[in-house]
Amino acid sequence: MSSTHAEPTNFAFTEANMKLVEKAIRKYPEGRQMSAVKSLLDLAQRQMGVETGSAWLPRAAMDKVAEILGVAPIRVYEVATFYTMFNLEPVGKFHLQVCTTTPCWLRGSDDIVSACKKVSGIKHFGETSADGLFTLKEVECLGACVNAPVLQVNDDYFEDMDAERTQALLEDLKAGKPLPPAGSLGGRESSAPAPGPTTLLSKPTAGE
Amino acid sequence: MLNDSDRIYQNLYGQQDWKLAGARARGDWDNTAAIIGRGRDALIDEMKASGMRGRGGAGFPTGMKWSFMPKQSDGRPHYLVINADESEPGTCKDRDIIRNEPHKLIEGALIASFAMGANTAFIYIRGEYYNEAQRLQFAIDEAYEAGLIGKNAAGSGWDFDVILQRGAGAYICGEESAMLESLEGKKGMPRMKPPFPAAMGLYGCPTTVNNVETIAGAPTIMRRGAAWFSGLGRPKNAGTKIFCISGHVNNPCNVEEELGISLKDLIEKHAGGVRGGWDNLQAIIPGGASSPVLNKVMADTQLMDFDSLAASKSMMGSGAIIVMDKSVDVVKAIWRLSKFFKHESCGQCTPCREGTGWMMRQMDRIVQNKASLADIHLLEQVTTQVAGHTICAFGEAASWPIQGMMRAFRPEVEARAIDYQSPAQAQAAE
Repeated sequence: MSSTHAEPTNFAFTEANMKLVEKAIRKYPEGRQMSAVKSLLDLAQRQMGVETGSAWLPRAAMDKVAEILGVAPIRVYEVATFYTMFNLEPVGKFHLQVCTTTPCWLRGSDDIVSACKKVSGIKHFGETSADGLFTLKEVECLGACVNAPVLQVNDDYFEDMDAERTQALLEDLKAGKPLPPAGSLGGRESSAPAPGPTTLLSKPTAGE
Repeated sequence: MLNDSDRIYQNLYGQQDWKLAGARARGDWDNTAAIIGRGRDALIDEMKASGMRGRGGAGFPTGMKWSFMPKQSDGRPHYLVINADESEPGTCKDRDIIRNEPHKLIEGALIASFAMGANTAFIYIRGEYYNEAQRLQFAIDEAYEAGLIGKNAAGSGWDFDVILQRGAGAYICGEESAMLESLEGKKGMPRMKPPFPAAMGLYGCPTTVNNVETIAGAPTIMRRGAAWFSGLGRPKNAGTKIFCISGHVNNPCNVEEELGISLKDLIEKHAGGVRGGWDNLQAIIPGGASSPVLNKVMADTQLMDFDSLAASKSMMGSGAIIVMDKSVDVVKAIWRLSKFFKHESCGQCTPCREGTGWMMRQMDRIVQNKASLADIHLLEQVTTQVAGHTICAFGEAASWPIQGMMRAFRPEVEARAIDYQSPAQAQAAE
């Protein structure tokens, strides 16, 4: 990993994020502040992304979360290591997560993986490209199976993918273009059949 | 085919406004106070009479589940937890409800919570559904601003809060007791039962966990009546269901249909048929990854409801239909599910932690044509040592796909063994 993402020795939430931290904790009953742990870790990870260009969770950030919640650091480490969405190592600016579980595999997720590797130059899952732009990961079912195959880039799902669309999307990102709107890149409407819905064709009703 | 007017989700595809104004135009939040005014017992009775069975996978009768909550609080608060952790491979129905009909879910949460004496509902949404969570939070904020939830929710006299919590990537958190652990800020490891959540759930308080589709259906059932809902579907398998049709069909889609519809009709009417025609069908997983696979002969006559699928030794699960045509290596497709379960085992119980990895490796050997007949039979036997020997149902979920494969495709699987002999070969060898 490049030296720009060296393990920081301390971490502090920004003032704006500290307000969100307090709001997250206040949602839960008195004494149940630990319920906010995943929200706080997520906020810390996002802040790292903004500040360093890599959305990950260094140990200093986990320690800060433990301090705020008033629990032993191990309580936070065990949560951070249990859930797959917390990145315990630095990731690229664009975190590519390809679903390869059966419904996506049946629709050609192998091609999506190949296209990601081709454009990014990444050889194996888990690696980050030399330019620090992309990290490629294989993930389990993302829950958008009727729009398979699915490629998640940071927070967004790109659906109805194929090799060509994947390559074009990543080339655009490489060229510095912003992410397009999330959703089907095949031009279809949400989860309706591609040629058009077979139901809900009559005027919408409000029941009786 | 189900009449459009009998579909609960008029905005399943998001063609209309998903916000409060659009939801109201579709009839949501219409005099909710009058529904609440009927009283707890009446609402639970209505739900029981409707025949609604849980839409998350297990199919437990919803009204009965609601009735398990204590009638009187012993001082502890009651909670409703809504399972929006949708992670069963093949399943993407709750996502459509959350992004296109969020007010049905919030109104249903109020009605169900009142029926169970809960002033707070938690919605646990999978972390990957980031955009969906943003939209749901927007709808929750809209409902607070309009006075539909909060103090004296919708003018009903009932105080009601909704708290949305995002998960962070763990399939097991869809298991109800793991979800409670996760909500409390711990690793999502399932709890031993008893005590059951209705006695001791979230924060040690009486809790009921229901699926998104179960709760979002409640307002329509209360408005149109139990008789309307139970008049759809088949006896003991009442109502409508969102099916997710993925894999080798011409037009993969989500669609709301009546329970009991034939599998073939469902695929041909809505998903444009199997790629290459019905005769090109090889296998169908009818209810999400853990439901045992069906071969074509079984699929030909299969009806899609809880009891019909149980009779075929498979299950309705979440209504996620994964279609495979003849081009697929079915063993590899099932191996990929074994890999999924190996990845998602929480590691708490030894039979599951060790067994899922072992089963995946053994499946891999069959895929690679490196297993012997004895290996295949040993795999079958080991699945029975994992299923039923773990704290939660994950052990079953990981074992059933393999057991189903052996029931539906035994000749095909055995033919790949290194020491397999066809009947003709066996005769020649004698």
